[in-house]
Amino acid sequence: MPGKIHVNTTINGEATEFLCEPRQTLLECLRDTLNLTGTKEGCGDGNCGSCTVVMDGRIVTSCLVLGVEAAGARIDTIEGMARGNQLHPLQQSFLEHAALQCGICTPGFLLAARELLENEPDPSEERIRWFLANNLCRCTGYDKIVRAVQDAAKQMREAKA
Amino acid sequence: MSTNYRVIGTRPIRHDGADKVTGRALYGADINLAGMLHGYVLRSPHAHAIIKRIDTAKARALDGVKAVVTAADFPVTPDRIVDLGEGETPLSCIRGNVLASGKVLYRGHAVAAVAAINTHIAEEAVKLIEVEYEVLPAVLTAPEAMAEGASILHDTLKTKELGEQTGRVSNVAEHFRHTMGDVAKGFADATVIVERTFDTATVHQGYIEPHNATALWNNDGRVHVWCSTQGSFVVRDTIACVLDLPVSQVKVTPMEIGGGFGGKIPVYLEPVAALLSKMSGRPVKIVMSRKDVFEGSGPTPGSHTRVKMGVNAEGKITAAEATLAFEAGAYPGAMVGPAAMTVFAAYDVANVTIDGYDVVVNKPSTAAYRAPGAPNAAFATEQVVDEIAEKLGMDPIDLRLKNAAKEGTRRADGPKFRKIGCVEVLQAMKASEHYRSELGGPNRGRGVAVGFWFNVGLPSSVTISVNADGTVNLVEGSTDIGGTRTSIAMQAAEVLGITAEQVRPTVVDTDSVGFTGVTGGSRTTFATGMAAYEAAQDVVRQMKERAAKIWETTADAVALDAGVFSHEGKQFTFAELAEKLGSTGGPVVGRGAVNPRGAGGSFAGVVVDVEVDPETGKTTILRFTSVQDAGKAIHPSYVEGQMQGGSVQGIGWALNEEYYMNTEGTMTNSSLLDYRMPTALDLPMIETIIVEVPNPSHPFGVRGVGEANIVPPTPAIANALYRALGGGVRLTRLPMNPPAVMRAVWSKAN
Repeated sequence: MPGKIHVNTTINGEATEFLCEPRQTLLECLRDTLNLTGTKEGCGDGNCGSCTVVMDGRIVTSCLVLGVEAAGARIDTIEGMARGNQLHPLQQSFLEHAALQCGICTPGFLLAARELLENEPDPSEERIRWFLANNLCRCTGYDKIVRAVQDAAKQMREAKA
Repeated sequence: MSTNYRVIGTRPIRHDGADKVTGRALYGADINLAGMLHGYVLRSPHAHAIIKRIDTAKARALDGVKAVVTAADFPVTPDRIVDLGEGETPLSCIRGNVLASGKVLYRGHAVAAVAAINTHIAEEAVKLIEVEYEVLPAVLTAPEAMAEGASILHDTLKTKELGEQTGRVSNVAEHFRHTMGDVAKGFADATVIVERTFDTATVHQGYIEPHNATALWNNDGRVHVWCSTQGSFVVRDTIACVLDLPVSQVKVTPMEIGGGFGGKIPVYLEPVAALLSKMSGRPVKIVMSRKDVFEGSGPTPGSHTRVKMGVNAEGKITAAEATLAFEAGAYPGAMVGPAAMTVFAAYDVANVTIDGYDVVVNKPSTAAYRAPGAPNAAFATEQVVDEIAEKLGMDPIDLRLKNAAKEGTRRADGPKFRKIGCVEVLQAMKASEHYRSELGGPNRGRGVAVGFWFNVGLPSSVTISVNADGTVNLVEGSTDIGGTRTSIAMQAAEVLGITAEQVRPTVVDTDSVGFTGVTGGSRTTFATGMAAYEAAQDVVRQMKERAAKIWETTADAVALDAGVFSHEGKQFTFAELAEKLGSTGGPVVGRGAVNPRGAGGSFAGVVVDVEVDPETGKTTILRFTSVQDAGKAIHPSYVEGQMQGGSVQGIGWALNEEYYMNTEGTMTNSSLLDYRMPTALDLPMIETIIVEVPNPSHPFGVRGVGEANIVPPTPAIANALYRALGGGVRLTRLPMNPPAVMRAVWSKAN
């Protein structure tokens, strides 16, 4: 068995270190080693988007990233999305619009949608659908998710104005 | 009960919402116990083979491996028929599907499992297990399996023919028939007769969370299982049966569940994890890969259906006939019964014959999928009705309205409808802005269809305890897949006169609440809602007694209105009285335990506009409206959510999804990339129209809305495609993917 590697990284703004085998994915390290189980596994091959995290400012499917690649990187997960007790406008909007049913895909959708709105504050419906096409939801038919993102975008724009 | 509700019909934020948007909600795979091992399951590479020998020695010898299990490790008990909530099944079939014994019956069939210190070692160990197979020919479709000389899956399976055991060994578990009236005379009275055959491919429920189970076989002999399930009590009872334990020795904690749609009713991993825990003395967690989910967990049946219907010149349906052959997968139970109950349910027809065949094939054992069987049947019936409307020159909704089932209509399988909303759903479709709008442009078509699901009751238990601050804790056993904590809490809040937020619902383990059936059959808001209603009434009775004690009167002299208890000018709010419970006799705990009859069947309808690209065969959904009778929408957002989710699963079923099997019985598209469920980009907004025809058997009129919505989408889209292609050619096989559409385009050109 190969030895474990010591990884220094930053997770949700906090300096973090962990040990991992070279074959372990970032998803495994987050969930099993660091107990950050808000990141979900739906497929293990990058096709469902449930394990979406933000790595150095870009969304990635953490099942396709190796744990060792986190070295020196900044990783943001769903656990860091709210500011203290204050939900992110997207989180609040998902609740108000009933944009989740089972909730397993929700962390991935929230992080992907935040990435979109941080770069494009006023996306069209078509643009939202394009951007979220990496994330599968089987419960909602996406209608309420798209509406929740539209509404959160509006609120975030108004808050800035 | 007044229909002027304070809570019901509003849209409060769900009680588990904050947990689910922050990543704090704990699903089955999130559990991490001290000393926990990880399991991995060895699955059959063959669709049909005899297991000659299994040698686990090398796997056991691998460093880090703590236990290995095969079917030989199950307790030896005589076979018997058990009913675990999904109908009567031989125990040998349930055990056989958990771990194969003697034969493997589908590719992906579990053969053995390993527990090791991590998943990677467990996976390596599984590869070291030697299995010698004698490969047999595989039968993959109902027609193949029913043919003379077909390879036989079970040499003990004898065909039940029209209620009688025949003693004949075959792949047909059962042939049944429902008949009423005189079908020959009905067809003789018809001026237009349409008869066609339809096929649907095997599809998967497609929940995003894979199956998982964690088990601890404790030193006191009790087994504790944490898992993702639609029914914790069904898991408990199944584990008890499979492992020959009293139910009191098994405790199941249902974790948050990442989708089910019927597919998380069967038990796959739980007994395996339990046995591995028993052998290793440590907790064991097993999580399926996505490929395992496709290959090893229940899809919905492929089906082969013939429908023949006749109408007279006035447009009255005079006769209807159906033959339904459904692929059960490896073990009997293809949901062809529900298909037969629903195939003509939308219509008032006097002369009907329905034949059903439950056929075993070398594919995964099928499980329920949202109105199981009904979409397969409606794909046939609703296209035939559409064709009849065209031949008569009638509006397709008008033809349906003319023949619509209503209160008193008898179905061929026996029951007479009580109050139903078929007509109201059709009227809402016809009145919709969508149906009245113009659909311009070439290669476009509009289609409609309706569908039915009967819904079920089953037992549910709820307790409600009153807190001194005027809130209540509600304890229930129904796993919450789509917001039912809230729809149940709202019913209690309505009775108690408090807000939805003042009810704190918790889903608990099987030691902590009375028996509760599965979250399935669209029953949770109906049946567990009724248990909550009963429990809340029990609280009200006790609270009135307390008020009466303080006011020195009798309980029946105390009134409760809008959360205020009163008697002769004296008043307590719910919270004021709650504060006085300690001094007036102690805590108040209400209980509700029900097994309700009178689940109200739900009808749903679809209006859909499509556009076909005649060069690629790609179909675009331009506009989609889902209409459904909810009875009463407790939380309209979650009713809409059910309608939208079921609609989009129907769209995927119609246009993309299928188990693409090679001749050896291997699913060649067993990833979410290749299986291709709809993405956000494939869809428009899904419009919803909630119809409310109250169910007289529920205090608030609830029918249950989880399922009927998936029934009409596939035929509605087929009917729209027929028009988009300019008529003349019908797509009679699902999925209607681009190659199928191109074949239709070419057949017209030639």
